[in-house]
Amino acid sequence: MRSKPVQLAIAVVLLVGVGVLVAVFTLALALLGEPGDNVTVLTVGKIVIALFALLTLITTLGISLVWLERKQLGRMQGRVGPTRVGPFGLLQVVADGIKLLMKEDVSPGSSSKAIFYVAPLLVFVPSFVVWLTIPLSEDLVVRSLDLGVFFFIAVSVLSIVGLILAGWSSNSKYAILGGFRSAAQLVSYEIPLILGVLSVVMVADSMRFTDVVAAQATVPYIALLPLAFAVFFISGLAEVGRTPFDIYFAESEVVGGPFVEYSGAHWAIFFLAEYVNTFVVAALGALLFLGGWVWPFGEVGQVPAVAVFLGKTYFLAVVIFWVRATLPRLRIDQLMNVGWRLLIPLGFASVILIAVQRFYGWPTWTLTVMSLAALVLAAWVQLRLQRRDAVATAQRYAQRAVTVQPSRRRPTPESQQA
Amino acid sequence: MTTEQAYDTVDMMLNMGPQHPATHGVFRMVLTVDGERVVDVTPHIGYLHRGSEKLAENESYGQVVTLFDRLDYVSNLNNELIFCRAAERLMGIEPPERGQYIRVILAELNRLASHLLFIGTYAIDLGAMTPIMYGFRERERIQNMFESVTGARMMHNFIRIGGVKEDVPSDFVPRVRALLDDVERGVQECDRLLTFNEVFLARTRGVGVIDLPTALSCGLTGPSLRASGLAYDVRKDYPYEVYPYLSYKVPVGENGDCWDRYYMRVLECYESLSMIRQCLDQMEEGPVMAQMRRIARPPKGEVYVHGENPRGDIGVFLVSDGTDKPYRVKVRPPSFCNLVSLRPMMRDAYIADAVAILGSLDIVLGEVDR
Repeated sequence: MRSKPVQLAIAVVLLVGVGVLVAVFTLALALLGEPGDNVTVLTVGKIVIALFALLTLITTLGISLVWLERKQLGRMQGRVGPTRVGPFGLLQVVADGIKLLMKEDVSPGSSSKAIFYVAPLLVFVPSFVVWLTIPLSEDLVVRSLDLGVFFFIAVSVLSIVGLILAGWSSNSKYAILGGFRSAAQLVSYEIPLILGVLSVVMVADSMRFTDVVAAQATVPYIALLPLAFAVFFISGLAEVGRTPFDIYFAESEVVGGPFVEYSGAHWAIFFLAEYVNTFVVAALGALLFLGGWVWPFGEVGQVPAVAVFLGKTYFLAVVIFWVRATLPRLRIDQLMNVGWRLLIPLGFASVILIAVQRFYGWPTWTLTVMSLAALVLAAWVQLRLQRRDAVATAQRYAQRAVTVQPSRRRPTPESQQA
Repeated sequence: MTTEQAYDTVDMMLNMGPQHPATHGVFRMVLTVDGERVVDVTPHIGYLHRGSEKLAENESYGQVVTLFDRLDYVSNLNNELIFCRAAERLMGIEPPERGQYIRVILAELNRLASHLLFIGTYAIDLGAMTPIMYGFRERERIQNMFESVTGARMMHNFIRIGGVKEDVPSDFVPRVRALLDDVERGVQECDRLLTFNEVFLARTRGVGVIDLPTALSCGLTGPSLRASGLAYDVRKDYPYEVYPYLSYKVPVGENGDCWDRYYMRVLECYESLSMIRQCLDQMEEGPVMAQMRRIARPPKGEVYVHGENPRGDIGVFLVSDGTDKPYRVKVRPPSFCNLVSLRPMMRDAYIADAVAILGSLDIVLGEVDR
């Protein structure tokens, strides 16, 4: 083990590195120019540099989540997680990445090679492209689109194609099962996700992320729309395949699903995409529901704004990993039931509640009350009733247990003497 | 050929195992699946066959105990116990009382360790990450205790024909008491985390149901049988060692689903804890090994002895021809017999259920294949 000061020094260097990345990202944004600019070799060069900066930043953020998850799961399970590589195991993920890149890249003999090798990119590219509209702060955004939210949803759906193609081209039964599962799951959960986001859009009256955030300066939307947040967060978990919806790469059933035949760098790309997607969902939750960088400090400088936003994002990521440490996995039909019979009606309920409130011009606190009531009712019906039955069964078993009394008494010293 | 026939679907054969994370070793299930539905299941065993029963014919009686260690490698002491009891029955000797107490304490600790492992691996099968860490942590404590008593963490060879190898360490009783308190907390932790978790309930309640007549005709025993509603426990119905001195409960279920099979084991953990505490209270000083010749040479004859393993009713049929080596050793392995009920349980199951059902049987392949 290295000494404490050395460890701290490395940690500082890493932190500074991330800071430099953000700075380069900011610089790259300035380089990007506007869509109407003349295309010259120079602008193309600038754009390439900007994209590289963006890619590096996102990769770093994704990697940081891997570390966070391993550490957090370790702590929650009575372990310590990675400790050996770098201070607090911070460089463990980098070491793993290097290992993966150096591994032989095997593909099954009967796979469709072209699709097999393109599929990881089809998964990764959408999760990268959505970052074009996701702002890190008021100014720190590649393109602040009017239809930013719409763009996000339209692009993020595309990763399904990559997953199905990965499952299909592997020519493996586990992979194809996983591919089908991912198709069913992602398509179904896209709808409640959109309904959750739509609720926010209805209240904020804008699809531009920066406007949505600015509208939350006083009250974050999670206080206003708890129902929409629950629908969004649960379907977000399903969208990125986190527990309890990690059905399409369920380790104990389909052994990694679409990724089962991948190895080396291509597997690493899938892995990275998964964590970048997790980060996207957490970031989106922070932007749409937790008030991004404005709440609760209002307008602050560039650096604190990014810090506040990232803090909220990491908080949501911690919640996602916490769920992972706690819950088992649902079955595919139960997943469909939750999606179609619970989340979609709830999503519509949320949208309708907002529509009614907007139409009649009721005060906003009625929104909180109504959506909280709907949420509590749904949760109670879905969870408690089921649990109560099991608890009653358990109590019955406790009574039914056959008691065995000692059939013969152990000879005590007194009885032996007598 | 009509259009419908032309686009007819065929069932897919899905080979699960022998290298699959959910088959608990080298078990192989060939599932015929229609989409996500399991149509049929064919179990294939034998990947871990070592010929233990045949090997036993060439070993002296004392050495056979080591083979029994390696049958079910998560409940070694229970296995040792059953063979030693068979040999003792044949020779007509009874181990001294302290020896019997030590055997029962170790066997019940072993049962605890096995059930803790079950809780953890079952959670993993269902996709929960955490309980296995808790289960393993407690099991590790028990293994450490075994190490200090027997000198080995897994292959103990501690229970001998006529008693146990040597007396327990002098601080055994207080240390086991402390251990039991720790383990009880650990079991409660797993219990609270998993048993009434809504997702867990959804995955296990009403899944893999087997009714009592089918269970009996399949030869299901142990917690899995009790989950179907019959209070059959060898410790209760055919008492052996010092079990008659103890008071305990035999938990019985009624639905025979995966959740019942899981919950029976959780309840049994608490019963084992109480049994060990009673043993510690009752145990007195004394010899631990019966007076007998150094080389066991049972008289000509045959005997069948059975006992309660963590997995079910384990039996040993032992034939002696009067030499120092058994003529024939036949084991009735509970895991193997429980596996028979896999097919009736898999009726109308999903692929994910197949994993849950196999996990709920808690098989150990070393014992299935022998």
